[in-house]
Parts: sequence; C-alpha cells; structure tokens
Amino acid sequence: MKKFTNSGNIDTRSGFGAGMDELGKTHEDVVALCADLTGSLKLNDFEKNHPERFFQTGIAEANMIGMAAGMTIGGKIPYATTFANFATGRVYDQIRQSVAYSGKNVKICASHAGLTLGEDGATHQILEDIGLMKMLPGMTVINPCDFNQTKAATMAIADYDGPVYLRFGRPSVPNFTEKDGKFEIGKALHLVEGSDVTILATGHLVWHALEAAEQLEEKGISAEVINIHTIKPLDEEAILNSVKKTRCVVTCEEHNYLGGLGESVSGVLAKNDPVYQEFVATNDTFGESGTPAELMEKYGLDTKSIVEAVNKVLAKK
Amino acid sequence: MPNIKELEDFVSQVRRDIVRQVHNVSSGHPGGSLGCTEFFVALYQEVMKRKEGFDMDGKDEDLFFLSNGHISPVFYSVLARSGYFPVDELNTFRKIDSRLQGHPTTHEGLPGIRVASGSLGQGMSVALGAAQTKKLNGDDNLVYSLHGDGELQEGQNWEAIMYAAANKIDNIISTVDLNGQQIDGSTNEVLNLGSVRAKFEAFGWDVLDIEKGNDMEAILEGLKEAKSRTGKGKPVCILLHTIMGHGVDFMMQGHAWHGKAPNDEQLEKALAQNPETLGDY
Repeated sequence: MKKFTNSGNIDTRSGFGAGMDELGKTHEDVVALCADLTGSLKLNDFEKNHPERFFQTGIAEANMIGMAAGMTIGGKIPYATTFANFATGRVYDQIRQSVAYSGKNVKICASHAGLTLGEDGATHQILEDIGLMKMLPGMTVINPCDFNQTKAATMAIADYDGPVYLRFGRPSVPNFTEKDGKFEIGKALHLVEGSDVTILATGHLVWHALEAAEQLEEKGISAEVINIHTIKPLDEEAILNSVKKTRCVVTCEEHNYLGGLGESVSGVLAKNDPVYQEFVATNDTFGESGTPAELMEKYGLDTKSIVEAVNKVLAKK
Repeated sequence: MPNIKELEDFVSQVRRDIVRQVHNVSSGHPGGSLGCTEFFVALYQEVMKRKEGFDMDGKDEDLFFLSNGHISPVFYSVLARSGYFPVDELNTFRKIDSRLQGHPTTHEGLPGIRVASGSLGQGMSVALGAAQTKKLNGDDNLVYSLHGDGELQEGQNWEAIMYAAANKIDNIISTVDLNGQQIDGSTNEVLNLGSVRAKFEAFGWDVLDIEKGNDMEAILEGLKEAKSRTGKGKPVCILLHTIMGHGVDFMMQGHAWHGKAPNDEQLEKALAQNPETLGDY
C-alpha cells in the first residue's frame, strides 16, 4: 500500500495560525476575532502583522459571533475563533440566527475540539460540535487531519462565500499530507486504495486509519482509506464508489457517533447502497481528564480500535 | 427644515399599515410597532443617509439594525413606503411564501433587511460589527440600532455594550425603546432593569434621553443631538421613552397589545384614529 511519511509532529491549530498569517498578506478583507485565546489559537503572528484587522473581544463569545456577522456587511471576511466548545454549543443561537439563517460569510474556526484537548476535561472537550454545526442549513463543516491540511483549509475557505465551521485540535500529531497542497471543499481524498473494507476517517483519526491499514495489510486485509475532511457537504460519490467495491465501511472520528461523520455516512448508505458499517467514535458519553493518548485509547479512538472495527465489520460482510 | 406635518401624515399611514397587517393574519406584534412609529419614520424619511438603488452592499450609507425583530410590522411598512419593496407586498405579511416573515430575515432577500432578528439580544453585536467594518473601510457613515427595553435582559447585550465602549466604537447610535412593557407584564414586574441610563453610563456610553418618544419634533431634535455626539470616542445611546400601542387609544394600556391582533371591530376603531394619508395598500 501507499506509504505516508510523517514530516514531524505538530498541532493542527498551528496550521490554522500559519494559514491566517498567510491570508493576512493575500486577502486584505480577512479579519480575525478572538475571545481571549489568541495564543491557544496560534493567532499571535496575525495579530502582530495585521493589528488593525485583529479584534480581541474578551471572554464574550456571543458578542464575537454577532460582531463577525455584522462585519460581513460592508465586505469583510471574519474568522471568529475560540475553543470548539465555546465556538458552537455556547453560541448556537447566535450562529443559527445571525450567521446561518442570515447567510453571512463568517468562518467559525474552532480549536481544541474533541478528547485530545486532554487534561482540562469534559467541560472543554466538545464531542457534539460536528452534529450541532452540520444540522444548520447552509453551514459547511470541515475537519482537517494535520498541519498542512489545516493551513490549506484555512486559506481555501476565504475564497468560498458562505458560513463555514472549521474544526481542529490542540495536540501535536503527525504531519503527512502534501505541503501547500490544494484544498477543495467537499472533495474527499483517497489516500490508500483497497478492496476489502472502506475506512472513512476525519481529523486526527486519519493518521490512525493509515496505521490501521498497514497493520491490516500484514494480515492480508486490503483497506481503502479515504480522508473525509469535509463532513458537509459530504462527498457521497467518493463514498458510494468505494463501497461498491468493498461492501463494508468503518467510519472514524473524534466525536460522538450520534450526529457525527458516521451518521452522515449511514444516511448516504441507507438511501443508496446499504452495507454494514462500524463506528469508531465516542459512544454517547462525555470525556474526562487525561493525556490525549490515554483518552483516545480509553474511549476507543486509536489505531487498535480501528483494526478491531474492521475485523468486526468484515465478520458481518 | 423638515416638514413636520408631512412626517406626521407618514406616521398616520404607517400606523394603519401596522394594524392592517396584523389584523389580516390575526397575529403579529402591534404594541411595540405603534410605539416606535415616529422613530422609524424620522430615521428613514429624515435622518439616515440612504443610497439610491437599495443595493444592500452596506457601503457608503447609514445602516439600521432592528434587534427586537418582533416589531416587524412597523419596519416593513416604513421600508416599503421608503421604496425598498412594493407597498402591496405588506398584504403578504406572515403568509406562506412571503418575503415578509413573522420576524425579519435576509433569507428571503427582502431589500432593507440586513440580518435576521427575533431571537432577542443579538442586534447590537451585529451593529457593532458593521460599525467596525465602516471604520476599516474609511466609511464615515453611521450605524443605528434599535432595541427593546425588555430585551436588555439578554446578557449578550452587555457583552456588546462593554465591547463598544472599550473599543471606542463612536460611529454607532443605539436606541432603547423604553416603553416599560414586555410580554409577561411591566419590565418592573418581570425583571426590573433599574436605571438603564446609569448602566450604559457605567459601561462608558454617552447617553441621552428623548423624553417624548412619540413626538416627531422631539425625536428629530434628539437624533440630531445624538448625531452630534458621534465621533467623540464614545458609543451613543438614546433612551427613547415611548408608549406601547401609541396612536390607538385602547392599545395604550400596559402590555396587553404586545403580541395580539385586533378583531374586525377593533381594527375599525384603530383606523378611525389614524387617517389614511398616503393611500392604503
């Protein structure tokens, strides 16, 4: 199978920060808002290099979202940034009315999504944000897998006119996608060709899916790995073409199985080509304190869990 | 010099439009709409700088944001009669397939509406964002917003009020419709606001009262004064003292007509108190 090389562990949020600094130079209408988490969101360079376009809102996320909506009137492209929990659940109605229903060109950019936020615990580890955001009519939902892809996605959404939820994370993870690669919203990426099972992964789970595919190959199982960086709109064609061949699916995400990528995939399969599916996702639970690795293991989101899910779905096939 | 008589005639017609819209579908919010009629007419007919063509790009003109979206009947009437869309469309208020939704929205592409509102407490943040963009664009026109007094119970307002003063957003004039009423009763009974002036001032705003909030001359004078206070490092707040239901005598007692439609007989009474001046739709 095709091998991917980790060019060095780095956090996806730094990819966001790098993308923002770049956008600051290329897109004069891009502005950034942040609710007292500038360092955590890696916006220090943007703030330093483009101070007139950086807006510190204080710990006031509702006002930040509303301001971002207002800033689009007159032509700015606002990036509203904070932790995923405070960027979604805390301000759901503000996003719903002032951004989504009003069709405003706001980019909601959320770091520290999922369990890998780690030690701060469940108050900060949102596992419901993909569901919350994908249910909003007109909202695009993107969850890139590494530094390079997060940077590319950050830049690509500036050229798309409409509300976007961009989700990334805190921990250092392998960086393995192409540097300065093109990011196409809604276009799934085939990473590994295979014939026995389709593994659809998003975010941090993509690297684990690749590791799982390698381990499976050693056991004579041919896994197809697809990076679903855009959960909405979902690349239905890529999914259906793959399952036509493999006849079973494992979905992988750092999110509750309710409302996540897996559920979106189930909907596509049920309507078009029902096949067995296993979910590598959290099972309707809150998280807890711990290191990212400990949490991913405990909640069944690591490489081993993907291998197990593949074996399970293959047994049913 | 503005022609007060003409503006008052305009007001009379808008009041007819309000009660007729609400009566037509037996739903909607006449009370706050009637109370703010003079203010809307003053803004759109006299005070705001508005571009020809209604292109809605938000540039090079004054902008208005309605935060308490439930008073859509007055907003729709004044927009239509200011040329944003055909006056006949008021007939579709709250009906299926209409651009005139129960609460204002951009979703149906109705000219004049810049953001959806109805879920309360969000309008000031949006207005601040628009004001911030005006500053970035070097556009020295103003942003106006209107808020209910009961709406100030929503916490997001105070985030916005704090931000505006701290960041010297001095190209905004936010008006609070101080009618003292909300759905469940008077604001004093439901959740006492205390001194709204003291609160805004404590946050660092420049505050002025328009004591006669249903008097055209007083409103024009107040808005002129408010405008003169912009550009001086502080956001400006107008406390607009109005009477809910103003202009229809039986709607002027308390909060009863916040969100209630008149029946046929009540409609006739209301219309008799507000003569047709510009032609009913």
